[in-house]
Amino acid sequence: MASAGTEAQPRHRELGLTDHEYELIVKGLGRTPTGVELAMLSLMWSEHCAYKHSKKLLRQLPTDGPHVLVGPGENAGAVDVGGGLAVAFKVESHNHPSAVEPFQGAATGVGGILRDIFAVGARPIAVLDSLRFGEPASSPRSRYLLEHAVRGIGHYGNSIGVPTVGGEIYFEPSYEQNCLVNAMAVGLAPHARLTSSAAAGPGNLVVLFGARTGRDGIGGASVLASAELAGAAGANGAAGDEAKRPTVQIGDPFAEKKLLECSLELLDRNLLASLQDLGAAGLTSAASEMASKGGVGLDIDVAKVPLREAGMQPFEIMVSESQERMLCVVEPHLLDQVTAVCEHWEVQAAVIGEVTASGHFRIFAGKELVGELPVELLVDDCPLYDLEPERPATALYGGGDQRVATDADAASTLKALLASVNVASRLPVYEQYDPVVQSRTVRRPGEADAAVLALPVLHARSGADGEPIPGIAVAIDGNGRRVAVDPRAGAAEVLYECAANLACVGAEPLGLTNCLNFGNPEKPHVAWQLSEAVAGLAQACRDLGVPVVGGNVSLYNESPDGPILPTPVIGMVGRLPDVRHAGRLAFANPDDRIALVGAFNPGRDGSEVAKLHGSAPAGALPGKDLVALRSAHQRVREGVRAGAFTSAHDIAEGGILVALAECCIAGGLGAVITLPEGLDPFGEDLGSAFIVSGPAEALAGLRVIGAVGGRELTVEGVLNLPVSELAALHGGGLAALVS
Amino acid sequence: MKFGVIRFPGTCDDTDAQLAAQRVGDAEILWHRDRDLKGVDAVVIPGGFSYGDYLRTGAIARFAPVMESVTEFAHAGGLVLGICNGFQILCEAGLLPGALLVNDNLRFVFRQVTLEVADRDTPFTRNCPPTLQIPVKHTSGRYYSPEPVQVVLRYAPGQNPNGSQDDIAGIINNAGNVFGLMPHPEHAVDALTGSTDGLTIFESIRAAVAERVPVA
Repeated sequence: MASAGTEAQPRHRELGLTDHEYELIVKGLGRTPTGVELAMLSLMWSEHCAYKHSKKLLRQLPTDGPHVLVGPGENAGAVDVGGGLAVAFKVESHNHPSAVEPFQGAATGVGGILRDIFAVGARPIAVLDSLRFGEPASSPRSRYLLEHAVRGIGHYGNSIGVPTVGGEIYFEPSYEQNCLVNAMAVGLAPHARLTSSAAAGPGNLVVLFGARTGRDGIGGASVLASAELAGAAGANGAAGDEAKRPTVQIGDPFAEKKLLECSLELLDRNLLASLQDLGAAGLTSAASEMASKGGVGLDIDVAKVPLREAGMQPFEIMVSESQERMLCVVEPHLLDQVTAVCEHWEVQAAVIGEVTASGHFRIFAGKELVGELPVELLVDDCPLYDLEPERPATALYGGGDQRVATDADAASTLKALLASVNVASRLPVYEQYDPVVQSRTVRRPGEADAAVLALPVLHARSGADGEPIPGIAVAIDGNGRRVAVDPRAGAAEVLYECAANLACVGAEPLGLTNCLNFGNPEKPHVAWQLSEAVAGLAQACRDLGVPVVGGNVSLYNESPDGPILPTPVIGMVGRLPDVRHAGRLAFANPDDRIALVGAFNPGRDGSEVAKLHGSAPAGALPGKDLVALRSAHQRVREGVRAGAFTSAHDIAEGGILVALAECCIAGGLGAVITLPEGLDPFGEDLGSAFIVSGPAEALAGLRVIGAVGGRELTVEGVLNLPVSELAALHGGGLAALVS
Repeated sequence: MKFGVIRFPGTCDDTDAQLAAQRVGDAEILWHRDRDLKGVDAVVIPGGFSYGDYLRTGAIARFAPVMESVTEFAHAGGLVLGICNGFQILCEAGLLPGALLVNDNLRFVFRQVTLEVADRDTPFTRNCPPTLQIPVKHTSGRYYSPEPVQVVLRYAPGQNPNGSQDDIAGIINNAGNVFGLMPHPEHAVDALTGSTDGLTIFESIRAAVAERVPVA
């Protein structure tokens, strides 16, 4: 076996390994690694695969709960939703690929997360996305990234027949060079079909099926995902991020659609011992994770891997990130049946190796052994680093342009907020996604604070004789501005808000997935943001009794201009007993009363109005009364489930007047409101409080603040504006930048 | 009666169409490689991206073995409903005139639209009310034909989502047994998921089949 080169710049450094890590490898192996081995190790020991700067922190997150069927560690976590059904879900980032090539980056982000879902045996039933870009009004680059990332998500999700049912988008200058594209997928499976990726049974065959392997995406996990971006032009004449385009993969939703149907049929027929998707670090990661979980070894022959082009080197085959591929373990006597199912779906399958008892991962090129690594060394022995957090002494983020005078009247401020890109209607974006395919979508984007999907297949007799039609609700949330103000309280608030969204449709949370998008963790101020945010999330999980069943960490989201706003994104799944009572956000009945539910304690630091005033995200977030918060969530959930409330909407970005305006706009109806004495009309306190409407008797015991009716939003002593004018501003804010 | 719902690799709305059809009769899936239509009374070619549709939409699907049988079935007077990609395939197969071009804004669009039923004297629309609320979702739905065509559905004024000629949303062949439309009636069969107006198209087919002499 030839050893890796020792040129001026050692090969291991080019591949992203430190000298210390390289020494550990040499010590662990008792020799210098071969070229193939070094390529494999550099990926498995990258931040992206090994979580070496976050693993210790993540141990704080509670992962157990009464509904958890599969916790973190598998391709996706899963919760029990009753009736013998499980819901698997996960969110993942595809930030750097999307910053370099937004269409394919976003498309393959969706493709990757969908594979995670069907790898555990679940049929994907929903996609949600969380997106962050720079300021679109002033940045052509941000408009370009927005347009193409949205198109990429739609291209993949629409073409594969999985509905995109929700998401969120925010625009802040810190995402100018480093946009965020987080994709969440949700899948449904009978308990019995839930599958592990643990390889088992020495002598069993390792089968690679799906697309052929090419040279695309080589080094994606290390070069692209685990390093800072250089900026569009690159510094000092160096090659910029443009040069990284070849590390981005190309998506083929048609190939994945066939792969999805083929995989589920193989599982339905009980033909597989284990199943794993190929994502970051390709065959290397997929095979070594399978071997590690099963406590076995694997022999792989790269000469048996179907290739797109001749002459690929063994290391290229082992690290290629070509999309739409799966790896499975098959008992030899079932191989013919597996092959037949693959042929039916026109999916190519090849036996590329076998399970061994050796505990080693051996790579052959035909008869020649080109690499042999202990599975443990690949998967478990990457050093974990302690962060060195330090609270920054000076502000990390500046303010922006002032767009509204601080002494502007309430009507002007409300109008500016509704038209601002962070509050305006998202219709121009979600209109590019199919939300209804698969016939489960009971609440589409824009109809309620969370998407609602029916669990049973709907048919003519669904719900006959008063039978309930159970469903799930899903939502995704994040708020970098507020996390920047206070990473601990801000991260907790994101989780509360996500749960509040579920309450608005009548759902109780079962579990969550998170994607932690942060800057370079080797820098003390980013380490501080990350460790504070994880502590806040852990506390909020315990506060609400919601476990984390899986997730993803995306670090090094920095450009020469500095780190992104710290952006933990939470995706939450909840259950509702009967989708016929799923909540809506629109005011619908003239004469309904309107109530404010919850202990609302708004402040302006980190708010959207503060942004319009040109203020930096700094100061302090409002304290939460957790007893009151839990009780408000429960009151809203129960009122919605009982069918007592006509509408329910949480008070989020922009404050109470924005929330009221959104209820009016969605329903095309006005309202007359008297705000509680001294309440800040534009302050924010996310996740704490709600606007509900309903008949007077349904709101008994609640703080009634007005009534639905007319064509204007009237706030006594504050403002009076036609709903049509508000709707035009709200509808046009983002539309003007998308078309 | 029995519907046959065609499934190509890349079809997405096959199960939806089957579920919708099952609200008025039996429905089974027909695989693209099979020439046997299994004695169905009506064929539904559902939406999706047959064979990926990386070439012109429907351009590959028209060559599928099952399409030979569908063509024979149509020529013998059998009822054929093409929805979205199904409409595109029927145009490519020459069973309907015209073509579906890329939307005028070059983007995929999902929208709940109002349709006017321009012709209620067809086997597909006889049970329909004068207007329908049905979603569209497509990238290539801009209908174009240089020749006059028999229009069955039009987007209501101001609702044309794609720049389609004369607001055309659905057309029928001269023989009156092959119907293509861009909106998705199978996604408008339950009040819980948005609307029940699409069901009237499936009910029309059932009623028409009940009156017809079966196709040999």
